[in-house]
Amino acid sequence: MKGLKIIVAVKQVPGTDEVRTDPKTNSLIRQGVPGILNPEDRNAVEAALCLKEKHGAAVTALTMGPPEAGDVLEEVFAMGVDKGILLTDMAFAGSDTLITAFILSRAIIKSGRFDLILCGRHAIDGETAQVGPQIAGFMDLPQVTYAEEIVLEKGFITVRRDLEDCQEWVKVKLPAVVTVTSRINRPRYPSLYNVQTACDGSLLTTWGAEDLKVPASMLGLDASPTVIKKIFEPDHKKRGEIIPGDEKEMAASLIEKLKGVNVI
Amino acid sequence: MITLIPENCNACRQCTYACLYGGIVLEGKTPVRTDSCTGCDACIDICKTGAIVSSGQNIRLGHDIAEYKGVWVIAEQRQGHILPVALELLGKARELADIRETGVTAVLLGDGVDKSGDLLIKHGADRVFIASAPFLGSYRTSPFVRIISGVIKEHRPEIVLFGATAMGRDLAPRLANSLRTGLTADCTQLEMSADDGVLLQTKPAFGGNIMAAITAANHRPQMATVRPGVMQPVCSPSRKGDTVFLDVREEHSDTIVSILKTVKKKQSRATLEKADIIISGGRGLGDSKGFKLLKDLAAVFSGQIGASRAAVDMGLIDHDHQVGQTGRTVRPCLYIACGISGAVQHLAGMQSSDIIVAINKDPKAPIFQVADFGLVGDLNRIIPEIIEQLK
Repeated sequence: MKGLKIIVAVKQVPGTDEVRTDPKTNSLIRQGVPGILNPEDRNAVEAALCLKEKHGAAVTALTMGPPEAGDVLEEVFAMGVDKGILLTDMAFAGSDTLITAFILSRAIIKSGRFDLILCGRHAIDGETAQVGPQIAGFMDLPQVTYAEEIVLEKGFITVRRDLEDCQEWVKVKLPAVVTVTSRINRPRYPSLYNVQTACDGSLLTTWGAEDLKVPASMLGLDASPTVIKKIFEPDHKKRGEIIPGDEKEMAASLIEKLKGVNVI
Repeated sequence: MITLIPENCNACRQCTYACLYGGIVLEGKTPVRTDSCTGCDACIDICKTGAIVSSGQNIRLGHDIAEYKGVWVIAEQRQGHILPVALELLGKARELADIRETGVTAVLLGDGVDKSGDLLIKHGADRVFIASAPFLGSYRTSPFVRIISGVIKEHRPEIVLFGATAMGRDLAPRLANSLRTGLTADCTQLEMSADDGVLLQTKPAFGGNIMAAITAANHRPQMATVRPGVMQPVCSPSRKGDTVFLDVREEHSDTIVSILKTVKKKQSRATLEKADIIISGGRGLGDSKGFKLLKDLAAVFSGQIGASRAAVDMGLIDHDHQVGQTGRTVRPCLYIACGISGAVQHLAGMQSSDIIVAINKDPKAPIFQVADFGLVGDLNRIIPEIIEQLK
């Protein structure tokens, strides 16, 4: 296919799974936690670049977040992405998955013609896996989730999906939305040459709510159906007793206790 | 509020994309305002051909959430067999419906599932909608969204629950779009407020390090995907209910994604989730010698083998045996954790086991906080002793 155009939606997420909450405010402690490119979004970028190398394509990365979220776009430029769009506006703050997908879909439509939209299956912060399908929903496009292989041929893609009990091969005509898992590829490292181009800012476009021609009433926290009432750290504590003694005694009293509660 | 001038429309669809609420659709080449239109006028700016103009009135319509009643479960089947998570969801749905003094409805799509209504009724449904046809045999996004959103729009349930399976997590977000409502993913806890019917939906985030409690107080239906293995099924063989068959046929748009083939994976995962006894090993096993001990212990207990991520990463066992956030969620009668420290991601997958035994040499290991019985010491000496005494 000539002039293939691929959009990759990416997200900046807190770069640790040791995230903690502030018990006083019930909010996430973000201080000192670096932002990273969401791992499966990196796989989506790699998948786009592989298609670009094989078939020729223009790859545009799209992200929404605070101005710092532009960092992840510089990172994907260094991997070889051609253009980036940063969606940043106070009006976007607090958007849930439905509104986030709405904003992203508006931006994709504004960016012009496209053939394929790629997303990571889920982000490691919220872990919803909803934004990809919801972009497809707003754009009335077919979706293929859990992709672990994408083969492009004559305007169609064949995708291998990784499901719980089987692998499924599906075929769909472009344009379409595909969400990828980490099994699809091993993302490349940024190249030095690309890093230099990435830093001059010429690849980046920034849009706000006005650029998308969407009224503020359709954006952000107020428009979002879901609201986070509170966040807290899970309480795993249980009754628990430590069985004393040497190995022989421990084994004997464990067996006795398990018999006592009828599990053996 | 908008006025439509269909003769100006060039069917560019921009208005349908601009609308957040599904308030305008194209029927053939004619734009049509639907009941979902809130009168926000967003489509007017988008329309370049003058087919949508302002009627001058500025009314903002809302939908009446009091009209939405009942708790629904979207039941999943594979090859005609209802998945356990559907029955677990019905158990929870029954509890929620009883609090709200309303009914439980199950929706089942598949091929040759005409007779499955009974099972769903025995597990808590008052009414079952069944669509049974060859084209629904394997899940595809498009026909499932079309049919299920149709019945939801017609009957207006207050709550819709899905299993957080590959199907549920593909289907539910698309339905949330179509219904323009909220959706919470992968919930592990659901609590109902009896007065206003607001559902408090709790889900893990950040790999299980954080729990988030989420509501969609002003939108209906309230929708959630729920993690398999977390809720409890309840079976009452004498329960009665109605089965309603939906008249469905395949549409051209359903074939937009075609399934070429499917290849089954090994079945070890499924048996892990059904196991009554799981003997699980982690980094503390050390090497294949420690793993052999684990197998011997599993043999005397007639249990299945589970593993922490560390044991999988060390190459001791296949990923299919992994229990935890990125593996399986299990709920056996007995879970014996050998040499597993108890990272929060592992605990997320096994903490609702009935009885948990932990064997670990580090008395400070977090696994002891969730264990009913803790044995502090060298597993290479404790496990052979247990095997010996049980024989």
